[in-house]
Amino acid sequence: MNESNMTPSNGARPKPWNNPKVRMFVFQTLALATVFWFGWTLFHNTLSNMESRGISTGFGFLDETAGFGIIMTLIPYDSTMTYGRTFFVGLLNTLLVSAMGVVAATIIGFVVGIARLSSNWLIAKLALIYIETIRNIPLLLQIFFWYFAVLQTLPSPRQSLDVADMFFLSNRGLYFPTASAEPEFGWVMAALITGIAAAVFVHRWAKKRQLRTGQLFPALRVGTLLVLALPLLMFMLVGRPLVWEMPSLTGFNFTGGASILPELAALWIALSLYTASFIAEIVRSGILAVDRGQTEAASALGLRSSFTLRLVIIPQAMRVIIPPLTSQYLNLVKNSSLATAIAYPDLVSVFMGTTLNQTGQAVEVVAITMAVYLTISLIISGLMNIYNRAVALQER
Amino acid sequence: MSLPSELPPRQDIGVTGWMRKNLFSSWYNIVLTLVAAYLVITSAGPLLNWVIFEATFTGESAADCNGEGACWLFVGQRLNFFIYGFYPDALQWRVDIMFGLLAVAFVPQFVERFPRRKWFGVFGLTGLPLIGYILIPGGWFGLEEVQSSRWGGLMLTLILAYVGILAALPIGIVLALGRRSDMPIIRGMCVVFIEVWRAVPLITVLFMASVMLPLFLPDGVNFEKLMRALIGITLWQSAYMAEVVRGGLQAIPKGQYEAASALGLGYWRKTGLVVLPQALTLVIPGIVNTFISLFKDTTLVLIIGLFDILGAVQSTITDPAWRNVTTEGYVFVAFCFWIFCFGMSRYSQNLERKLDTGHKT
Repeated sequence: MNESNMTPSNGARPKPWNNPKVRMFVFQTLALATVFWFGWTLFHNTLSNMESRGISTGFGFLDETAGFGIIMTLIPYDSTMTYGRTFFVGLLNTLLVSAMGVVAATIIGFVVGIARLSSNWLIAKLALIYIETIRNIPLLLQIFFWYFAVLQTLPSPRQSLDVADMFFLSNRGLYFPTASAEPEFGWVMAALITGIAAAVFVHRWAKKRQLRTGQLFPALRVGTLLVLALPLLMFMLVGRPLVWEMPSLTGFNFTGGASILPELAALWIALSLYTASFIAEIVRSGILAVDRGQTEAASALGLRSSFTLRLVIIPQAMRVIIPPLTSQYLNLVKNSSLATAIAYPDLVSVFMGTTLNQTGQAVEVVAITMAVYLTISLIISGLMNIYNRAVALQER
Repeated sequence: MSLPSELPPRQDIGVTGWMRKNLFSSWYNIVLTLVAAYLVITSAGPLLNWVIFEATFTGESAADCNGEGACWLFVGQRLNFFIYGFYPDALQWRVDIMFGLLAVAFVPQFVERFPRRKWFGVFGLTGLPLIGYILIPGGWFGLEEVQSSRWGGLMLTLILAYVGILAALPIGIVLALGRRSDMPIIRGMCVVFIEVWRAVPLITVLFMASVMLPLFLPDGVNFEKLMRALIGITLWQSAYMAEVVRGGLQAIPKGQYEAASALGLGYWRKTGLVVLPQALTLVIPGIVNTFISLFKDTTLVLIIGLFDILGAVQSTITDPAWRNVTTEGYVFVAFCFWIFCFGMSRYSQNLERKLDTGHKT
């Protein structure tokens, strides 16, 4: 639309209600006023309701003593600490299960997605059955299944299944040995850092040489060897500076070592398997989206099939895969909130559940929790967008 | 002179040929096939035994279950509760009518050549909810009233999903149009609304609806628990719906907008008569997919104390009158959801194939 359409030929100015600019202004003012009025009414209602129910306002409650225990904490916590501390305990637990889930779901998803395209009929069909079963069943049901039907029916700690007296599996979770480092372990870490630096250096040098001479150097293999072998060698040299602590049965439960609680395990398994079924379909469609001609062109250039996959197919498939993969990661983080159904102490369970119930400060607690998820979502999509921009097709 | 064509070598055709090609084409395929076949054979036997051959289907009480296989008797005995919740037995015909009408409205959609199936669909979106609104709660035309706290089971799952999607659709359309509007303030408000709801988990929304909504409302106004959950679900779902509709709006070629403007149509007629009908047809598969995920997510209402089908089963599997029937209960719910979700996903894939006009690049 151009401006000359707006002015009638007789030269008269348009009626104000026919002028798009005036209309836009009126509509937006009205919309803004409605939202403000709505927000103000809510605010007013909330204040008066809270006053009549004797609920205090403000964030002062975060400094009060919480007085409840939490079954799993990544940072030191006991019931004499504050509600603010419970928030961090819950947040860290949410981040832990989300990170574990993202890693596992990505691995399973890629494997199943590629298996779905396998030339092996049996493997392809098994992958199909996995995908169609898992993604059509609610996640909450799967969490319940793993927790109540599988993990809770494991034997009690006294009859727990064990592997070499080091790993113990019972209905209290999986207990495994932990290692604590002695001062000499610093040398091993130094060797690891040196190994990584050397690998990076080798990689750069190999790339430069390839550009100059066209000769290939197995930089990936040499790099892996450097990163693994150097610290291992140092570990042996300084006399194995690790002290292992074994879990042992004392009384009714295990002490020593570290454990994965059944709550965490059930949530982790269900989240990973469920999200993986969606990731598998994304991977499959991403690979199918790469034109067949690209494979043919690569083999016409004489590339080996492993190079074709690594240098031609996967980089192009990733462009299609990354955006929907991002939403799956976001879904996984959001879905980790289902933890509250089996009492894994995540943010929603600890903070929106127990803390809210004890303090009654619904508005503040709900607002904080939602803000946390909003922030996590923004960070994940921001990071993935940066990556996406780096791999996106450069069209000129 | 051409030679008569010969049959392919014997090892390339028939069952052997198929197996050579699809199962044993290389050494690692042979290994994979053998390992997979071993796993399938060793797990399928016990599984079939548990589900069918050693399972108990008939009997009166827990004592009739043999303890070897699954105790389907439990599901049979509790089926009424799983479907209707605490809905009074004598009034369940009302729910049955709704199940029947639901089938009448949607089964034709799966049959390609069904006459006037579009009208059945329109009935499903308009008449069906209206009849349901009269029949299920009652209180009208001399029907006995049934409090919503007594609704439950599969029926509640369907109500939550159905009302959620039906109410979210118009809100989602308005939000999507707002997001593509020329007016910066309106666009900004829609973007914020959509992104905020999409970033938070449904559980927090349900918590908010159940603990905060009462605080928002003026004195004397109070919704029951189900209504609050529905409001939360609808707001959350409308944000997802808005993004689906936006996808459809973006797929309409610019020429359609220009042609409509050239005909002298204003914004509303352009949108209502030209753009939206095309955009909505394009995104029907997307809407169905949103519906599938909402359908699965309705299970979360059990966390705020509503008895959907999972909640109903979850509350009975610990019944001391039955031995451990946890797995049977979950398998039953999983089966119910699987039937619905798999059916719908197949339907949406069909639609996608049929609606593909070949314009995609």
